[in-house]
Amino acid sequence: MKVVVCIKRVPDTETHIRISETGTDIDTRGVKYIISPYDEFAIEAGLRVKENMEGGEVSLLTVGASEAQETLRNGLAMGADKATLLRADSYMDGLGTAKALAVELKNSNAQLILFGVKAAGSDQQQVGPMVATLLDLPCVTGVSSFKFGDTVVICRREIEGRVEVVEADLPAVLTITKGEYEPRYASLKGIMAAKRKPLEEREASFNQSGIRIEKLSQPPTRGAGRILEDGPDAVPELVRLLREEANAL
Amino acid sequence: MARFQGIDFYDLDALFSEEERMIRDTVRSWVEDRLMPIIGQAYHKHRFPTELIPELGELGVLGANLPEQYGCAELNNVAYGIIMQELERGDSGVRSFTSVQSALVMYPIYAFGSEEQRTGWLPKLASGEAIGCFGLTEPDFGSNPAGMITTAKQTSDGWLLNGAKMWITNGSMADVAITWAQTSEIGDVKGIRGFVVPTDTPGFSAKDQEGKLSLLASDTSELVLQDVELPDTAMLPGGSEGLKNPLMCLTQARYGIAWGAVGAAMACFDEALSYSKERLIFDTPIGGKQIQQVRLADMLTGITQGQLLCYRLGRMKDEGTMTPQQVSLAKRANCDMATNVAREARRLLGANGILVEYHSMRHMANLESVYTYEGTHDVHSLILGQALTGISAF
Repeated sequence: MKVVVCIKRVPDTETHIRISETGTDIDTRGVKYIISPYDEFAIEAGLRVKENMEGGEVSLLTVGASEAQETLRNGLAMGADKATLLRADSYMDGLGTAKALAVELKNSNAQLILFGVKAAGSDQQQVGPMVATLLDLPCVTGVSSFKFGDTVVICRREIEGRVEVVEADLPAVLTITKGEYEPRYASLKGIMAAKRKPLEEREASFNQSGIRIEKLSQPPTRGAGRILEDGPDAVPELVRLLREEANAL
Repeated sequence: MARFQGIDFYDLDALFSEEERMIRDTVRSWVEDRLMPIIGQAYHKHRFPTELIPELGELGVLGANLPEQYGCAELNNVAYGIIMQELERGDSGVRSFTSVQSALVMYPIYAFGSEEQRTGWLPKLASGEAIGCFGLTEPDFGSNPAGMITTAKQTSDGWLLNGAKMWITNGSMADVAITWAQTSEIGDVKGIRGFVVPTDTPGFSAKDQEGKLSLLASDTSELVLQDVELPDTAMLPGGSEGLKNPLMCLTQARYGIAWGAVGAAMACFDEALSYSKERLIFDTPIGGKQIQQVRLADMLTGITQGQLLCYRLGRMKDEGTMTPQQVSLAKRANCDMATNVAREARRLLGANGILVEYHSMRHMANLESVYTYEGTHDVHSLILGQALTGISAF
């Protein structure tokens, strides 16, 4: 089975984010970039499809600046077979990214197109479903595990208070969330092999954004905690504050 | 604590290749996720975490700089060093395990072994299916291995080994012991030869070294060889240069130790820095006190110097120009630096610093062994002194 996993290069989730002087972007100096953690679940899912079927191909696809080659190579080191970077140097919103990906995916023959449920960097949760719409393919979001029937994919979604099982015709687009697909470590041999795997870079065929970021600001800093008093005497006051101030009771 | 992000004050990242950085990140993540949650208790219980050996094999860190045809990752020496740094950021015992397996067992089999020995052992050692140890040091011969009294006598169809080895990392759990023995008169440096000894050979036994106060998450053993009969094919055929051959192995291992010590120092500095910002005394963080700032500045200086030494040493090793004396300098300097950094970190941590849930005292205790093994600090001084003056002071 041919699987394409669409991934995004995002700032390391451990990075301390600073706002750039323009106020509309983050200050990228000293920032380390990684594969969005949700996309790692998607890569792992794709690799397991290939391993379980004992054949097929897992390719990676991303839209971004040339630096995203490094991110793709991280995915190749995990075990993907090949990768393509659609270069777009300026900011792209969800629809722009989805259009660029859809052009590439249209003739890809992929049976399964996987995304992370969202990108850790921007948290918009748009691109997977938009790609599915543009390609007129069924889309299942927030998939925690899946298996195949004859011509369908059967997905498990963990939703509020229940588990939903969804069947979709193939080819299909799935967005993967934390569930069964704990990502593997890239082995050192995998890292060395990644250098020799095909990685193509070309201009994205679509490079426009319908939305612009107006302003970025830091979230308010969390205030210090309050210690009321030690021991059981503090309980009535604690209950009062939880009820009246925090509205937690 | 937040995930470890490394210490890189001089932007060494800019000098590493993309693969080298990826390897560093991978091993760093593995250490964070798999080793850090258990190492404190493993150390406390005097236990080497054997359950991690298959994972080390799968990652590809065992014999990582040896060729792919033997199941290894064929990395360059800088990448190999980075692995040692990251593993020792976790614990010196786990780095020691990997160093011994890679530099003292797999390297001699690769460098001096027959093709049969290579294909028979290297893939199993790379995957962690087999574990190796290296027997050179003896109870009475540490810094002076030329005097070893373990003997190998030629018999009609092979060799008969007798003797004892001491301070042997991985000794009790090893499947194979690279054992160095005197085949000629005692004291004949040219007569020392290496043997590949399966540890299930009759007459071979190992027992744990009791009473250690350092490297507690490591197997340190004593080996006894009593009338151990080996076939001719057990000898490492390419190791015909006497004592020079095991010393070549030690150069490989010392190279890794120079990097490893930096890793341990980074762990201690990271812990101390983070603690200094959180711990309040007289209503201000202790990091705001001049005395702690001096400590932190000294630690960072030592680490940065150590990193630069290793980086340059690694590039020279890859270019084939590195000398054993340069390795001595780095091993000596970095182990000394790391023992100081660990001690100062422990002091900065105050009373909390004596607890196993903090890492600095574990590193501090470990580093006393690292300072001492693979050529003590003093022996490396003499190696450098001899190189400088041409006069041996051993």
